[in-house]
Amino acid sequence: MKRLIDLLRSRTKEIRTDGGAVRERSRVRRWLDSDFVQSAPFWLPPFLLMGFFVYAAIGWNLLLSLTSYSGFGEPDYSSLSLGNYWAMFDDPGMWAATRNTLVLLIVFTVACLAIGLALALLLDREIRFGRTLRTIYLLPFALSFIVTAQFWRWMYNVNNGIVNQFVGVFGLGPYNWLGDPRLVLGSVIFALVWQFSGYTMVIYLAALRSIPSDQYEAARVDGANTLRMYWRVIIPQLRPAMVSASVVLVLFALKAFDFLYATFDGYRPRRGADILATKMVREAFQRSEWAYGSAIAITLFVMSLAVIAPYLYNQYKRGNL
Amino acid sequence: MSQETTETTEEETLSERINLRAAGLYATLVGLVVFYLIPIQSGIVTSIKSSRGVRETLPFAPPAWPFIPEGLSTAEAFTVEKWVFAFDALAVGMVNSLLFTIPATILCAIFGSMAAYGLTLVKWRGQIAVFALFIAGIFVPYQAVIVPLFEFWNQYAMLDYRLGLLWDLPLLSEHHATILELIITHTAYGIPICVLLFRSQYKTMSWEMIEAARLDGASIWRIYRRIVLPLSIPMFAVVFIFQFTQIWNEFLFSLTIIGSVNDPAASATLILSGLGQALEGVDYPLRMAGALITALPTLLVYVLFADKFAEGVQV
Repeated sequence: MKRLIDLLRSRTKEIRTDGGAVRERSRVRRWLDSDFVQSAPFWLPPFLLMGFFVYAAIGWNLLLSLTSYSGFGEPDYSSLSLGNYWAMFDDPGMWAATRNTLVLLIVFTVACLAIGLALALLLDREIRFGRTLRTIYLLPFALSFIVTAQFWRWMYNVNNGIVNQFVGVFGLGPYNWLGDPRLVLGSVIFALVWQFSGYTMVIYLAALRSIPSDQYEAARVDGANTLRMYWRVIIPQLRPAMVSASVVLVLFALKAFDFLYATFDGYRPRRGADILATKMVREAFQRSEWAYGSAIAITLFVMSLAVIAPYLYNQYKRGNL
Repeated sequence: MSQETTETTEEETLSERINLRAAGLYATLVGLVVFYLIPIQSGIVTSIKSSRGVRETLPFAPPAWPFIPEGLSTAEAFTVEKWVFAFDALAVGMVNSLLFTIPATILCAIFGSMAAYGLTLVKWRGQIAVFALFIAGIFVPYQAVIVPLFEFWNQYAMLDYRLGLLWDLPLLSEHHATILELIITHTAYGIPICVLLFRSQYKTMSWEMIEAARLDGASIWRIYRRIVLPLSIPMFAVVFIFQFTQIWNEFLFSLTIIGSVNDPAASATLILSGLGQALEGVDYPLRMAGALITALPTLLVYVLFADKFAEGVQV
């Protein structure tokens, strides 16, 4: 970039001696002085760094997914095929992982949105220790998946776990929360909701605080009762917050790999809890099916794209970008 | 007279009802506090129990009178052994994690601030497209890039080999190549969210001041250094806190780039994931002690700067 600028500078000097080319000189000069060129040193280096590791890496991943690379030597880029993608259809593990991923995505996101909203509505009023309470509810969000997985393994322990002691009070159980294929996904989702509902709460709280107070007044003057006021006046205004929170939650759910890895000590979760993220890492790093792993990764990326693209487009249309 | 009494009783029932509602509200809030804290609380008390204590005491109760059953003494149930062991196992990982978390956090914040400035306070055509590419980077699942990342660092960049001369220097050794790889990777992935955070602040900045400075002939660099940077110090604090937590807590990049728990560059989260794993079962007290030690830096940051952290979350 600098060399290009120097080159152009030297050219302008040459032109300066030539009286006939004043217009061209000023055009180059103007380009150099333009805000685009002037601001480039600020955004271009971070853009190149991020672009290389994010976008170039995705492109490379796409390319790898079209090869039959299995980790030895150089990938053969000369014969590309969609074989890995077709192979997914014949892989029964793939269907289970996709189904679990979708269940996790939907249940986790909806539960976080609902509980987060309830927490925010509870805290959005004059109560004592409001800030302390918010800090406590958000606390799990500050912890690593690897850390919270340790706590929840212990919570779900068959013999000594608190969850079994709790349901035991009602004469139920004990259940093998993380071992029973029918329960394991629910148990994982419950723990993840524990970790992330505080996040949704903070998003909603910020949105609630930005609603002008005269709207509450107006609704009250109209004689609306509290429930009606919330349903008709307050909650509709939380829609943008809800949308942006759910985008982030979906992506957390797609990344739940860390939690599952730590809960089940490795790449293979118990039956019933395998998701695309764990399957992808297992195929690539444990079974050395690099190309197949890359193909699953691209599938995951397309799934997240399906969430991000409409979100970004919507933000762009609203002028939030 | 009679009217007065009915009024007072009405007032009483009203205030009683309000008290009842308030009591219900506070009971709910306290119940939620228990829900959000009990996994952590249980972890804390479990980490100071002996194997016998873990088996025979209640999981949420401390290993002390009156919570321990008959036939078991506090001395038998209580131990700090696991903390000592966990600290020994995690000390290297804690240092490694700090070695890449702190530089990566600082670099993310600097790059984020610069890019946000170049894309917000200077206007040019097409900047929305560039900004959209930055923002979309926040949402890319790490799974979509870890295979190329692994290939890049292990087959093509090979910093430990290329920077071979550096490792002869005092205080440096070969595993710092891995640390450097983690710094670069985490910086690249942290930039997008930092750009978004800084941009949200820069958009609200006063245009008049910047226009005035430009009319006075201040260069773009000068405006950044003299006006924008001093005004963005509070946002720097938010970004530091948020990004430190994110990078410290990250696991998948550690797993991919470092690879093995036994690597001298292993991060705290990576070591924790393999701690106390044995054929005969999981050593829960050890795991809990390890989890708490690993969480300590982020918990500290979180408790000390709770408001700034919450601000960072609201993107």
